[in-house]
Amino acid sequence: MEPVTRIESATVVIDQSDIDTDQIIPARFLTTTSKEGLGEALFADWRYSADGGENRDFVLNDPENADRTILVAGNNFGCGSSREHAAWALADYGIRAVISTEIADIFRSNALKNGLLPVDVPAELHRWLLDHPGANVVLDLETNTLTLPDGREHRFRIEAFARYCLMQGTDQLGFLLSQEDAITRFETTRPWKP
Amino acid sequence: MSSIDMNGAQTLFEKVWNQHLVVPETDETPAVLYIDLHLIHEVTTPQAFSVLRERGLPVRRPDLTLATMDHSTPTTPVHKLADIEVVGEGAANQIRRMQANCEEFGIELLGFDSDARGIVHVIGPELGATQPGKTIVCGDSHTSTHGAFGALAFGIGTTEVGHVLATQCLLQRRPKTLAIEVTGQLGAGVSAKDIILAIIGEIGVDGGTGHVIEYRGDAIRALDMEARMTICNMSIEAGARAGMIAPDDTTFEYLWGRPRVPQGEDWDRALARWRALATDGDAAFDRQVRIDASRLAPMVTFGTNPGMVVAVSETIPEGPGPAFAKALDYMGLESGRPIAGTPVDVVFVGSCTNSRLSDLEQVAGILRGRRVADNVRMLVVPGSQQVKRQAEEKGLDEVFRAAGAEWRESGCSMCLGMNGDTVPRGKLSVSTSNRNFEGRQGAGARTVLASPLTAAASAVQGRIADPRPLLEGD
Repeated sequence: MEPVTRIESATVVIDQSDIDTDQIIPARFLTTTSKEGLGEALFADWRYSADGGENRDFVLNDPENADRTILVAGNNFGCGSSREHAAWALADYGIRAVISTEIADIFRSNALKNGLLPVDVPAELHRWLLDHPGANVVLDLETNTLTLPDGREHRFRIEAFARYCLMQGTDQLGFLLSQEDAITRFETTRPWKP
Repeated sequence: MSSIDMNGAQTLFEKVWNQHLVVPETDETPAVLYIDLHLIHEVTTPQAFSVLRERGLPVRRPDLTLATMDHSTPTTPVHKLADIEVVGEGAANQIRRMQANCEEFGIELLGFDSDARGIVHVIGPELGATQPGKTIVCGDSHTSTHGAFGALAFGIGTTEVGHVLATQCLLQRRPKTLAIEVTGQLGAGVSAKDIILAIIGEIGVDGGTGHVIEYRGDAIRALDMEARMTICNMSIEAGARAGMIAPDDTTFEYLWGRPRVPQGEDWDRALARWRALATDGDAAFDRQVRIDASRLAPMVTFGTNPGMVVAVSETIPEGPGPAFAKALDYMGLESGRPIAGTPVDVVFVGSCTNSRLSDLEQVAGILRGRRVADNVRMLVVPGSQQVKRQAEEKGLDEVFRAAGAEWRESGCSMCLGMNGDTVPRGKLSVSTSNRNFEGRQGAGARTVLASPLTAAASAVQGRIADPRPLLEGD
């Protein structure tokens, strides 16, 4: 994985709360056995009309948004199904950070494992971001800071170990594998066996 | 983070969590949590096995891993399961890969040749693999179902599936605790599904985010295990990864004699351990919510998330903001109109929420001697091949067929429509499943979540209907 330290982009805004992972990628695209190419299916039922043509009203189909990498969405982004395909689809499409007032637990965990930064912001800042699509935002993991175009700053919270892994560009499996002795000790000394 | 009580009093969740700490959490690193049972299915595992293969890693505990195939599998009735034709090359490839992965890594697969195959959250409890005090994970958000037994059970992503395959552990921060106390006696025709829909309506689809729920109170204690599973199943629909119910005699009676529970003296020892799991009397929760079950009516959703829910006797409410209007527009419904009487095209009885024998018995109770309305297609999909056999022994399949419903093989089916069982665009489905998201049952499909009783009543009337007037004895 590429290390993530600083993300700077104009924002893409989807001002809708409770965007579930079925919207991010519908179930009919889950028959893949790979992580690749899922960006094509990102928000498929919103991006494409029933006949397969592009839905011009949908924000991702606006050419102005083509290279933007920070998504601002309504409260409770990524709720519902645990499908990591949602994080894979966003990352494959080119999204590198999602900003909301609240991000669902499993989606957050999946995003952090795929170089996709979930950022919680307070309601007032969220409203400003929703009202200013295309605003240039900087997310800095060195200082955990979100910076707005006018220089206003917000310190966001991120789980310490996930942050370390993002900045190193390393996955979390190596750390777990390094716990081998503790795991074996737990297995042999626990009072009951599953 | 939950605070530990100074007197050492612990909640059910805290007891299970603490018993599985391989390494406690620090400011820098999450806890290393041991997993007792890893359930896997064909949709969320192929990429995890690929990682193991790339890194030359074995599955650490194949004996604690149990595989089945449920999501992309067909449910069309056949005489021999081996003859099943899979819908689409993608699904067929996924099924072949699952078989190959399980063979290569030495994992037991309850596949097409097994009479124990079924929805992963139905077969775990059915086999007795789901037990109180265990940690259970699966690459599926409805893993919360198993919390009905007092297990700590939650859904994970595919990367974490790889972590558990390789190390039998997960890196986790300890969630907060939320007590939901449900008191009072349920009225006739009101069931567990109505309780959980009412809870989600009350606390919202993000009400449980960051929390593990414990469902408590006399209304929960009065439920049988299948009803408790329905409640815990939809914890994720309130944003909580896990929902738990303290194990009691109802739990132990359900488990007794099942193939994978401890036997003989081991059962006695397990029972003593399980009895000690209940939340201590003076233990504290981070949050508490109370629900009066005696005031509940059958519930139905009207929007595009499970929190948009009303009693079937109510009108569709007014709501704020463009998202509410968009949801009603998608559903083809209007504020101020009664939800009952809305024409129905499809009725789906099934899913890990409501596909167990008691669910099917309730549906049969309504359908017996009645017909599914002419304009309605009704699918009844048992949760497992065992549920299917039990239902057929009781003659329920005859009741369904006589009423004009389709009786299928087990699987996830029309809950998420990835196996070819879908609701057509613009059509309205009354479904016993768990998600009414846009397109969940097929692109453009409209979903109304309801209990098995309400789904059956709606099938008979061809419109969203209150089941209570159709109950036996009325």
